[in-house]
Amino acid sequence: MDKVAVHPPVMDNPAGRAARGRHLQGFVLQSPAIMLLLLWSVVPLLMTLWYSLRNYNLVDPTQQGFAGINNYWYLLTDPDFMTSLENTAILVGGVLAISVGLGTLLAVLYNEAFAGRGIARVLVISPFFIMPTVAALLWKNLMLHPIYGVYSAMMRAVGLTPIDWLSRYPLATLVMIVAWEWLPFAVLILLTAIQSLDMEQKEAARMDGAGMVAQFINITLPHLSRAITVVIMIETIFLLTIFAEISVTTAGGPGVASTNLAFLIYSRALLQFDVGGASAGGVVAIVVANIVAAFLLRAVARNLET
Amino acid sequence: MATVELRNLRKTYLHEEIIKGVSLAIAEREFIVFVGPSGCGKSTLLRMIAGLEDISAGDLLIDGQRVNDTEPARRGVAMVFQSYALYPHMNVYRNMEFSLRLAGMPEAERRQRIGDVARILQLDPYLDHKPGQLSGGQRQRVAIGRAIVRNPRVFLFDEPLSNLDAALRGQMRVELASLHRRLDATTIYVTHDQVEAMTMADRIVVLDKGVVEQIGTPLELYHRPRNLFVARFMGSPPMNLLPATINAHDPDGTMQVRTETLSVSIPTQQGGLEVGAPATLGIRPEHIRIDPQGAVQGMVEVSERLGAVTLLHVRLPDGQMIVVQTGGDNTDSADTPICMTFEEEHCHLFDADGMALARSTDHPLLAGA
Repeated sequence: MDKVAVHPPVMDNPAGRAARGRHLQGFVLQSPAIMLLLLWSVVPLLMTLWYSLRNYNLVDPTQQGFAGINNYWYLLTDPDFMTSLENTAILVGGVLAISVGLGTLLAVLYNEAFAGRGIARVLVISPFFIMPTVAALLWKNLMLHPIYGVYSAMMRAVGLTPIDWLSRYPLATLVMIVAWEWLPFAVLILLTAIQSLDMEQKEAARMDGAGMVAQFINITLPHLSRAITVVIMIETIFLLTIFAEISVTTAGGPGVASTNLAFLIYSRALLQFDVGGASAGGVVAIVVANIVAAFLLRAVARNLET
Repeated sequence: MATVELRNLRKTYLHEEIIKGVSLAIAEREFIVFVGPSGCGKSTLLRMIAGLEDISAGDLLIDGQRVNDTEPARRGVAMVFQSYALYPHMNVYRNMEFSLRLAGMPEAERRQRIGDVARILQLDPYLDHKPGQLSGGQRQRVAIGRAIVRNPRVFLFDEPLSNLDAALRGQMRVELASLHRRLDATTIYVTHDQVEAMTMADRIVVLDKGVVEQIGTPLELYHRPRNLFVARFMGSPPMNLLPATINAHDPDGTMQVRTETLSVSIPTQQGGLEVGAPATLGIRPEHIRIDPQGAVQGMVEVSERLGAVTLLHVRLPDGQMIVVQTGGDNTDSADTPICMTFEEEHCHLFDADGMALARSTDHPLLAGA
């Protein structure tokens, strides 16, 4: 081994003490904000955990006391729960597929120069500014209503019988409505990403003999992969908790055909007044969200590496 | 390898003509350089040959075939871009493989060909690297490799060295020149750097505002510029230009030219300018000699010592500034009066329209050209 002079760390030199002092001072100054955040997130979490282990029904104050895992047991063995999980997955997956797939194509389209492009870009982004409740009501009453709806009028105009979309295909219709709301977001992010694509790369690909499709697959899509990951992550976080659209249009029905996890918790808590059961549902939702988040974060981290 | 012929090529963009009729015949294996100030249309012209820009009028022929409407990939040309335009998500191997894969070449043949090219360009150790992990010079080599693997008939280079630092640029210049000798490929190279143009070109095309000002070998352009634009553009520091009038001309064609402060006689061919006609006298900085017996007097304003040479910025008695290039051991400093001699055989004479008057003597280096 080479001779290396090793000095023992000097613990109490004045500079070190000053640094520690500053560190402590920083912590003290930051602590109110940190404490507030802790209160904000940890207290509700602890309360939910506590309620989920108790018998607690708002309309039956006589039933009280410790329930053990009964709330979880009833929830997990309830067939409605599995349906709601499935519906959540279909909602998230369906909306992601439509908004990312169509969003990518639209982003490519809106990147090309054409007359009125500026106006068209504003129009394609505008649904994002409409609040979910209003958007759902617009679709329910203005577009898809079997009697007054624009769509129904179109169907009748060509001699077809209008379909009552929300009762016949409730989940598919919800996917469509939510995708309509989220498509602008995907287009916006992907369009800005596509604008940063070096034109010389596409020209080089053209010189290499790549047609439009080959350019899209080999140049544009890899360039967009990072932005697509970001869109998927952000949309998933919001799509796991869709509530307003369901509440306004189908109220989870018919039956539980369009009930997702968020709506199931709501119906347990505020329709059946079962605070204990709803809290158990909340805890399950937290677990599900964290599992999804873990996968997503790993995917994003890998994609952002290079 | 191939010949390229441009017949009166024109490019109109939104009612504005950018390329105003360029005609040029490029021989097999020739190294042609387009130079000109920025905005002269040299890159547009190259992109028209590549097929990335439409040709508004005129004909483009490669190997005698009209390719105006042929897709870029089918023209048999390969291009190296200024930004290299490497595909960032593909490694070096995939970058070079892309065009071969699209052309449907079998895997074994692709591997073979990329291996050969990587060896020529010393890229073997980097085949697995992504472009982001490479230095500027290596990226440059990958871009060249991507062009070579296609085995094109014509190579097109669009200012390929302008993103490199000065030392690397010099090194890549030499590599490109030796690569051209080895590949024997017809090459069209766009640059605004005259050193690149002078050192690499077989012939240089000087462009200005979409018009060809002169086509010739580097030394032709340097020693016999056709007009004032080429005279100013080629050479660094640029040629000294002084307003002058024709004082007299001898029967053998020699012009007696005077400016405010000096007179020289320049051997031109007969039938030049009338006596009294306005003209411009041009002389390169290295053709002015410092000479105690010299007829031209001046005052040194600034002395730039570059080591090997010294550039003296000299004010003539009438206030005109000229640059004199002299040896690196020159001791004249600012505010020193000096006397100079203009080497008459190296003087250039331009008429009022800026066109050079033909000379009666040939430059020794241009004999037979």
